[in-house]
Amino acid sequence: MSLDTRVDTPRKLTRKEKRQVDAKTRLSSPGASLIAIVIAVFWTVPTAGLFITSFRTQSDIRRSGWWTAIVNPDFTLKNYVDTLGTNNLANSFFNSFIITIPAVIIPILLALLAAYAFAWIDFKGRNILFAFVFALQVVPLQVTLVPLLTQYVQWGLANTYWTVWLSHTIFGLPLAIFLLHNFMKEIPRSLIEAARVDGAGHVRVFFQVLLPLLVPAIASFAIFQFLWVWNDLLVALTFAAPEYMPITAVTAGLSGSFGSKWHLLSSAAFISMIVPLVVFLSLQRYFVRGLLAGGVKG
Amino acid sequence: MEWLLKPESLPEKFGVMIMAILLFALVMGLILAIVDRPRLPRWVPVLGYLGPALALITFGLLWPGMLTIKNSFFDRLGENFVGLANYQTIFTDGGFLIVLRNTLLWVLLVPTVATALGLVYAVLVDRTRVEKFAKTLIFLPMAISMVGASIIWKFMYDMKPGKDQIGLLNQVVVWFGGQPQPWLLNPPLNTFMMIVVMIWIQAGFAMTVLSAAIKAIPDEIIEAAKVDGVTGTRLFFWVTVPSVRPALVVVLTTIALGTLKSFDIVYTMTGGNFNSSIVAQEFYTQSFNQGRPDIGAALAVLLFVMIIPIIVYNIRQMRISEGER
Repeated sequence: MSLDTRVDTPRKLTRKEKRQVDAKTRLSSPGASLIAIVIAVFWTVPTAGLFITSFRTQSDIRRSGWWTAIVNPDFTLKNYVDTLGTNNLANSFFNSFIITIPAVIIPILLALLAAYAFAWIDFKGRNILFAFVFALQVVPLQVTLVPLLTQYVQWGLANTYWTVWLSHTIFGLPLAIFLLHNFMKEIPRSLIEAARVDGAGHVRVFFQVLLPLLVPAIASFAIFQFLWVWNDLLVALTFAAPEYMPITAVTAGLSGSFGSKWHLLSSAAFISMIVPLVVFLSLQRYFVRGLLAGGVKG
Repeated sequence: MEWLLKPESLPEKFGVMIMAILLFALVMGLILAIVDRPRLPRWVPVLGYLGPALALITFGLLWPGMLTIKNSFFDRLGENFVGLANYQTIFTDGGFLIVLRNTLLWVLLVPTVATALGLVYAVLVDRTRVEKFAKTLIFLPMAISMVGASIIWKFMYDMKPGKDQIGLLNQVVVWFGGQPQPWLLNPPLNTFMMIVVMIWIQAGFAMTVLSAAIKAIPDEIIEAAKVDGVTGTRLFFWVTVPSVRPALVVVLTTIALGTLKSFDIVYTMTGGNFNSSIVAQEFYTQSFNQGRPDIGAALAVLLFVMIIPIIVYNIRQMRISEGER
């Protein structure tokens, strides 16, 4: 995971660079362009199809393919109104927010402190402990679920938001500590030492010196964790009570029980996608940055 | 206090959420206040900063992980030691063998095809005028949930009798004079159809990382190859691919790990029926639907064991490429 973490910033090219650009694009022949276009179409059409479908009337959807709507457009918002009105979907939409917000904030704070200790406090066994946390990233969640659930039931906390928050926090921690530690290590030691010499304690160094410099790193991880928690299915199905299910889990349930009620399924799918899409598109830069720093969770 | 655990109305729910965040902030603030006093021995701040995270990781990852390993050697009630019986079931029962075969197909096909497509696409759109837009198109499936992606593709694969189809794939088949197919019902075809969905999701990740690696290739190398008359496809295979090799390894192994662990697509599209299950899906079915947590535990451990060689390969390759530098 020792990849370059720099992000390209757009700027004017010098003449030398322009020549290099010309040299590199020599590869794009008409055939190459065709392949690129075919891939792009293949990656866009399925989504566009369901998107168009979500605005068509129920009888139209059943009668004809969505591509016919391009010639005979007849669109309606009724599917969205119906979906939100029935099937508990509006409720689950809010559940997604209630689950996701603490499950993003809490692991970030915990991981910031842990990463600070790993990066800037010398203590015995530091490297071994860090390697241990790093290694735990690969543990598949599946091995933890049943014993955790048993424990939650014993505590009488099963089927509440609390266990969902706690589980997401725990599962997010190894990656968060690893990522934030990597970013923290890049901050020059002299900066920290200067503050320490001036008599600042760890807390002041942390909040006054490090935190402002870490905003992009925090943003990177926050997006990962947000998308991961919002889009999660396994943790929600295991730990959340039916009335606290997030929208992803409810939509997956609809897919099983609704079979071919595409007017409801299509709009439900897009309601579940809208929030992550907005977050993703507005903060794409930070997402890519985190990705290149090794931030991927299975 | 009942509403703290079982909030019913929306304001109650959001209230509990805000309470949870404040409670957490309060606890952390107290810990920091205690450990930040001057002239304390060094282990006190270390404990204050690391303690909460390490305690949670131990409680929620390490300890349950070890329990699951133990449970995989016990019967369904967790009372009697049964040795390797659960593993024996997985490796001899016909149904489970199909699960293993499907998993193997997933873990071989998804990383290789997604990485190949991502690499080709990254090279093709590199430094073109539409690069940013073109990349966003491929990248978008990463933002949506696998459940959403599954529904998008389930609609693509939809089938009904007759000439007029509403699923695009079957309509194309009909246009070319074929018979519409129930793509998700017939094994082993259904596994391949779902693998397509995972490739569709993962190619964007491959493309992003590889695109950054391609941009990091020194221009002198490309220039030198050009001077030697190496262009087009040969440039791709002889210069570009070897230059981004370390990134290729990271991408391949990362996607392989993600593929092994996730069950969302199978859960949403077939529920693991019609001989289309994979280990991650079967773990869920056995543990939570079939009442066989013993088999589930063995499947989870198996998942873990399958991950280890991938990690070892990744680390070894990283060492090699670091040695080259």
